[in-house]
Amino acid sequence: MEQIPILKIGDCLLVSIQVDMHDRMALALQDDLTNKIVTSRARGVMIDISALEIVDSFIGRMLNNIAAMSRVLDAVTVVVGMRPAVAITLVELGLALTGVRTALNVDRGLALIRKIIDEQDGAGVLDEYREN
Amino acid sequence: MARSKALLQGVLDKNADPLVARWVELQRKALKSGQLEASELESQSKKFVKALQSAVVSGDIESINTPAWAEVRDLLEEVTRARALQGFSPSETATFVFALKEPLFEYLRRECGKDADKLADEIMTASTLLDQIGLYTTEMYQKSREQIIQRQQEEMMELSTPVVQLWRGILALPLIGTLDSARTQIVMENLLQEIVKTEAEIAIIDITGVPTVDTLVAQHLLKTVEAARLMGADCLISGIRPQIAQTLVHLGVELNVVSKATMADALSLSFRRIGKVVIDRKTKKESGISESAAD
Repeated sequence: MEQIPILKIGDCLLVSIQVDMHDRMALALQDDLTNKIVTSRARGVMIDISALEIVDSFIGRMLNNIAAMSRVLDAVTVVVGMRPAVAITLVELGLALTGVRTALNVDRGLALIRKIIDEQDGAGVLDEYREN
Repeated sequence: MARSKALLQGVLDKNADPLVARWVELQRKALKSGQLEASELESQSKKFVKALQSAVVSGDIESINTPAWAEVRDLLEEVTRARALQGFSPSETATFVFALKEPLFEYLRRECGKDADKLADEIMTASTLLDQIGLYTTEMYQKSREQIIQRQQEEMMELSTPVVQLWRGILALPLIGTLDSARTQIVMENLLQEIVKTEAEIAIIDITGVPTVDTLVAQHLLKTVEAARLMGADCLISGIRPQIAQTLVHLGVELNVVSKATMADALSLSFRRIGKVVIDRKTKKESGISESAAD
């Protein structure tokens, strides 16, 4: 069975979904990802869906689930690289992915995760520290 | 019928030139001066009589929907489209065909002499034929007008949904006119494409030019905001007029989006969000960079 690679960048995990997902694969991914978050003590998860031309309710639910699971494990989830057509379809379907943060591309996604983690860690102190 | 076809054919063959001359004269009388170049009218008429001649020779004169009439139909289409574009009225366009009746009947009468029955038959046949052609012209006219209207609608749609870049990372979407689902679709597509192109983080949707906002329009707005969020851009809504704010509350519509009264307010908030500062030059000299944002 195909497996979706999970790459580690600093304290972030990058999952790039390049093929059409089906149930077993999604379950395997959730399994792998949660394990990896725990073992690598990651603080952020980035899911790149720029290769997906079709995102249906199944994938939408999977993304929501992953976000919820990561949140429990103290990691923020950011979905990056959604195509305009996919965004429009999701909105028309009424699947707004409310539990998930989004960013335009991997670059922005990393910056967003950084920002959220900093905020969670008491950014005020850090910012002052950085300015000095 | 074969006989009458022969007669019509004979008339067209023998008298083509004087027929065209008289026809053109009648048309020019019917049209306002300066509407159409005389030479153009004449060449159109000549071409048409020629096409009519060959169609009568090779085809059935009962119906003009047969392949033999293709040339005549094409010619009519061309003439009608040109006239529709130039702003001719339907009757002015149909005159092109109906003005042919008088000279044609005149020549048929000469041909038949004193045989009233035969003449009546001939005129009946020719009249039916010309009526068909005339109706076809009207139909074509209608079609051309519809095409023009459709094209204008599309152009208006394109024109009315611009996406402007206000700053690096800030887009503005000034909406003018009513928002329906077709327009929302286009607005959304334009906005999302622009977000990808400019890597924008913030999009300001300005609804100063939207006359009314009801539940449906609000829903459309929210869809656009949601789609932009999925692309990683935040939306601000600006330009909500007092009247509209009241209506929204009365309708119980909740826009769960950051909204600002004016585009300027929204822009100043956007600057703050992307960490930019607008400073008065004087202030800068006096106190250095200390003012926070452009408000």
